[in-house]
Amino acid sequence: MRALIDLAVNESAKILKFSDQEIALKLLELGCIPGANVLLLHKAPFGDPCAYLIDGAIITMRRFEASSVIIQSK
Amino acid sequence: MKQKELITVALVGNPNCGKSTLFNALTGLNQKTGNFPGVTVEKRVGKVRIVNHQLKNKQTFNFIDLPGTYSLFPKSLDELETLKVLTESNNVDYPDIVIAVADATNLKRSLLLCLQVKELGLPVLLILNMFDLLERSKLNIDIEKLSEALQIPVIAMNAREKKGISLLKNELFKIESNSLKNNNYSDFLKSLNNNLTFSLENSNIESNVLQEKEMLRLYEIIDSKINVSFINGKQTEALSLSVKLDKIFIHPVWGFLVFLSILFFIFQAIFSWSERPMDFIDQLFSQFGNFINQTLPHGAFNDLVSKGVIPGLGGIMMFIPQIAILFAFIAILEDTGYMARVTYIMDRLMRGFGLNGKSIIPLISGVACAVPAIMSARTIKNQKERLITILVTPLMSCSARLPVYTLLISVAVPDQQLGPFNLKGFLLMFLYLIGFLAAIITALVLKWLIKSKEKSYFIMELPVYRKPQWGVVAYTMFDKVRVFVFDAGKVIIAISIILWLLSSYGPSDKFKEIETKYTSAEYIQKVGKSQSQINLDAAKLRNSYAGIMGRTIEPIIAPLGFDWKIGIALVTSFAAREVFVGTMATIYSAGSGVDENSVTLKESMKRDVNENTGLPLFTFASALALILFYAFAMQCMSTLAVVFRETRSWRWPIFQFFYMGALAWIAAFVAYNLFK
Repeated sequence: MRALIDLAVNESAKILKFSDQEIALKLLELGCIPGANVLLLHKAPFGDPCAYLIDGAIITMRRFEASSVIIQSK
Repeated sequence: MKQKELITVALVGNPNCGKSTLFNALTGLNQKTGNFPGVTVEKRVGKVRIVNHQLKNKQTFNFIDLPGTYSLFPKSLDELETLKVLTESNNVDYPDIVIAVADATNLKRSLLLCLQVKELGLPVLLILNMFDLLERSKLNIDIEKLSEALQIPVIAMNAREKKGISLLKNELFKIESNSLKNNNYSDFLKSLNNNLTFSLENSNIESNVLQEKEMLRLYEIIDSKINVSFINGKQTEALSLSVKLDKIFIHPVWGFLVFLSILFFIFQAIFSWSERPMDFIDQLFSQFGNFINQTLPHGAFNDLVSKGVIPGLGGIMMFIPQIAILFAFIAILEDTGYMARVTYIMDRLMRGFGLNGKSIIPLISGVACAVPAIMSARTIKNQKERLITILVTPLMSCSARLPVYTLLISVAVPDQQLGPFNLKGFLLMFLYLIGFLAAIITALVLKWLIKSKEKSYFIMELPVYRKPQWGVVAYTMFDKVRVFVFDAGKVIIAISIILWLLSSYGPSDKFKEIETKYTSAEYIQKVGKSQSQINLDAAKLRNSYAGIMGRTIEPIIAPLGFDWKIGIALVTSFAAREVFVGTMATIYSAGSGVDENSVTLKESMKRDVNENTGLPLFTFASALALILFYAFAMQCMSTLAVVFRETRSWRWPIFQFFYMGALAWIAAFVAYNLFK
């Protein structure tokens, strides 16, 4: 299973589910819902945090947050 | 809506949805800023009387700008306030109408909050803000269809251009409060949050499961009943442009370079643009002080006003230009969306020091004044990171330190070149750098000392880049200056009066003796009238209570190369650092107008001899020690007061006072012994 953290820059995928409940709650209210399309836009210096394009919004996450989002490759 | 004395209208919406812009457009200059009771969460309200010509009706509305949130499942204290206001029917701010502000370019997510408010049974009006961004990209939302599906009024708006405001005002008169209050839903939300007693450290697994379920249920309603797919996933031009711009602004190399150049430009601007207005304000107050001194009858009251209050006031007002310029720049950076990018590129670095990417804003602001800087740490949600930011921000070199540095550097540092740099300029730059280094190293130590179970997150939205709104920039600038003048000003005035009393009065027999000596006709004839007055002031200060205090602390500061005269200055600058210059002027009998006499002040300081060592008092070593002391010591009552208010405990300001004091003493001791 791949997580959001495994995406390469400009690679896109679909969100499947979350492995951390607390992070899931924060992401859900930002519109990161299972089924949403996600694209890795860029990584900050030192590769952390990362910025993703999720359903028309730019959302940033740290590595450990992104590793709890399970994705389905396209 | 039924006729009522005052109709309360609450504005809710996601962060960055333009809610505050709408609030400004509705209330204009009628708004007031305060706090929600018992918490340091900002509350903005504004009463406005609106006339409806069609219905020939008038009504006063009380608009409340509630803290931005993505849902009614609060994750911070400010989000909890939004939930409280919307669910407690006995709350003073409990609304009659709720305006749900949505970002039209991000409809699905925005509807989540709107549906929750509707579920509470409150009359809701949906605003689709930033509609212009959609239109410009040839996208559209069928307003009527959406209104029908949601069963609530929907208005397209562009709050920045004030488009749609009059439509909204009309709608406020029409909206019916026929919807029934749904106590079940508010009870459900309250129970998820432990009946509104909120704890940041305990997360309840059961409640988390329920929250997740509820959000998925709401998103399903949005998907099935309302067809948002025609808009979702489509990119607006503004978003595509932002993605392109970010390729430079967030680039690992270019991103930092851009940020550093912007910082450099801002600091350059602060110093060069503020010079003239600062001189002007300084002149104005010293002339006003002289005027009062000559106009009022001589005596204690005259002295208190002309030598205590007015110079104290002038000392505060002088910093307004620097603070206004810095916060105008910060407002521009925030309003354009750039500041969010700065926190993003800085997060990894700052996290290593127990801080957060968002700590960068208070740290930069601290260069102007720690008081508004510490208040801006409120955006940091993690309590430990926020506390560390508050504790280290006063180490940043604030504008009140600058007059002290300038005077001491000019007294003790020789005019020589150090490679391509002038030694004086180099030292000044070094002092800014050392302030920043001290801040982050202290943060690192505090990271290990302060224990917390609370997790830290950086899940955040980067808003699209937009042109700055000059109204917002002006408002922020005005607001920060107001905070500085009233918050810092109050304390500085109070303390400067106390210090004036301490330095103008002393044991009475000694004072009488001095008075007779210096006011005798013989003495006046010898040195001249004005000089005798100056010498009298100096002698009085030496024997005043402040002078006695200076002598009392002498044993503590003697190892740093300081004597009792510097001791007096340390005592008097406890309220505010810049008082140092005025105190030195009095001690060295240079007269009160420092500006015209600064050459003599410098000369007398250079000539002075340390009574303990027999060497010059201000050598390079002792001056450097004193400069470092001022760089690190917590000599600012206003900062301590604001730290108390923000942390709601005396524990932290007291801790801050002692750790910074210890740091200052050690740094001064090392510097003095190294260069002696």
